[in-house]
Amino acid sequence: MAFWLEIVVSFFLVAGAAFALIGSWGLVKLDDFYMRLHGPTKATTLGLGGILLASALYFNFNPDVAGVSIHEVLITIFLFITAPVSAHMMAKTALQKHFDYVGGQQDPLNHPRNVHTIQEHDLSGMDESQIPDGDEEE
Amino acid sequence: MLEWANIIAIVMMTLSLLMNMWRMAAGPRTLDRVVALDTMYINAIALIILFEIYLDSVLYFEAALLIAMMGFVGTVALSKYFLRGDIIE
Repeated sequence: MAFWLEIVVSFFLVAGAAFALIGSWGLVKLDDFYMRLHGPTKATTLGLGGILLASALYFNFNPDVAGVSIHEVLITIFLFITAPVSAHMMAKTALQKHFDYVGGQQDPLNHPRNVHTIQEHDLSGMDESQIPDGDEEE
Repeated sequence: MLEWANIIAIVMMTLSLLMNMWRMAAGPRTLDRVVALDTMYINAIALIILFEIYLDSVLYFEAALLIAMMGFVGTVALSKYFLRGDIIE
């Protein structure tokens, strides 16, 4: 095995493992649920991508192992498609359950800026049919 | 050099799996435990691939692919269950 290839594979291995370690440390350290969702879904997925890239380089350029191996590409494609979907599902569940977060209230409509805007808005000139009732999205 | 890099990477992945396990034991809510489980299967795939490079064989790729698919299905099913109280409506 060539020495430069060994250097490249070692770099991607250690860099990927460092990204995964930082993501897991963020999962332990951060304060509320929405912050904790960032660490695994971004840093750990990127770390696994680095390790899979190192594995693909190692098994495709190694003369001892015969043939071309595309399994890593399969795992990479599948994981990079599914990780945002599962993160979106978990964030949607947390929003539906009204998880509280650091530095804010549970209901975003009670934010002081929104309350101020609603109080300043003058509804006296409108009749009943023009006032939006907030159900138009359904 | 590759052996040492591989051993360092295995140690780091083991540390991150231990941290995920701590979050899974101490998570204040159930959804924190789901996030910890999601991270744990991703780290398990990484650990399997590091072990493959260590053994210099391609035997375990199917195991990694199966863990990826089943972990995604499990995470989505758990999130859906906690979202609506039912998985398939």
